[in-house]
Amino acid sequence: MPWLALIRPGDWLVLLLGAAVVGLSVPMFWQGGLADRAIVRQEGRVFAEIDLKAKKQLAVPGPLGTTLIAVEPGRARVVSDPGPRQYCVKQGWLMRPGEIAICAPNRVSLQIAGRTKVYDSLSY
Amino acid sequence: MTRSVTELTITAEDRRIAWLATAAVGLSLVDAAIPSPLPGVKPGLANIVTLVVLVRYGWREAVWVSALRILAGSLLLGYFLAPGFFLSLTGSTLSLLTLGLAHRLPARWFGPVSLSILAAFAHIGGQLLLARLWLIPHDGVFLLIPVFAGAALVFGTINGLIAAKLLSEAPPAETQP
Repeated sequence: MPWLALIRPGDWLVLLLGAAVVGLSVPMFWQGGLADRAIVRQEGRVFAEIDLKAKKQLAVPGPLGTTLIAVEPGRARVVSDPGPRQYCVKQGWLMRPGEIAICAPNRVSLQIAGRTKVYDSLSY
Repeated sequence: MTRSVTELTITAEDRRIAWLATAAVGLSLVDAAIPSPLPGVKPGLANIVTLVVLVRYGWREAVWVSALRILAGSLLLGYFLAPGFFLSLTGSTLSLLTLGLAHRLPARWFGPVSLSILAAFAHIGGQLLLARLWLIPHDGVFLLIPVFAGAALVFGTINGLIAAKLLSEAPPAETQP
């Protein structure tokens, strides 16, 4: 290989170190890893903490009516909400730790959490 | 025609810098024409010229060629003084400083490939830092680090190999204009 002859011994070291930096940066900056819990809050208080392992439906009562939340392995979403603008419903599936859907009129929020605590500023 | 009062003497070095900067600008244009999946992930082909100049003519000329390339390249591509210009400037400044240090490594062990990889990492480092401090003052920027670092490693290696290949050939004879 004529190209391999152009790489000097120290270059291999730098290449290896570079690969290590890339490899280390993945767990360092993509922390939180997989989503494993959904935290449902009502009026700011934790209403339910659900493991994102099995399929589940949850009805949360609020001042306007009932907010329906669906949980599937690895993700969760707001299925329906009595709020007028439906922002939290339109957000669709949430699957990264730190993601949150807030149904403000009905005072319900749905947040995804991972193993480690991630500030939600990382997701937005 | 009136004679100019100030006389600028143009040395052979000036001409060489101008020619090399032209080559770098040309490669910048090629770079910009290559579609990229993510803004910021670019091969950075112009850095090949910087590397060759650094090894062959020294750090001072490399700085000149880089500065002229950023200036002329941004004018041609229309991003002069736009955010991209400052990103480019910060990235290049940091990578030139890194090259200035890395240049002192023993050449027997560390060749253009090492220089190129180190410069590429410094480049994305500078750009991300500026982006975080100024353009997107938010830690969400750091989610891109693994992607950028991977790109820096791959393109840094490729550019370094190309520069090493060019440097393994005899330098062109100085031509008189």
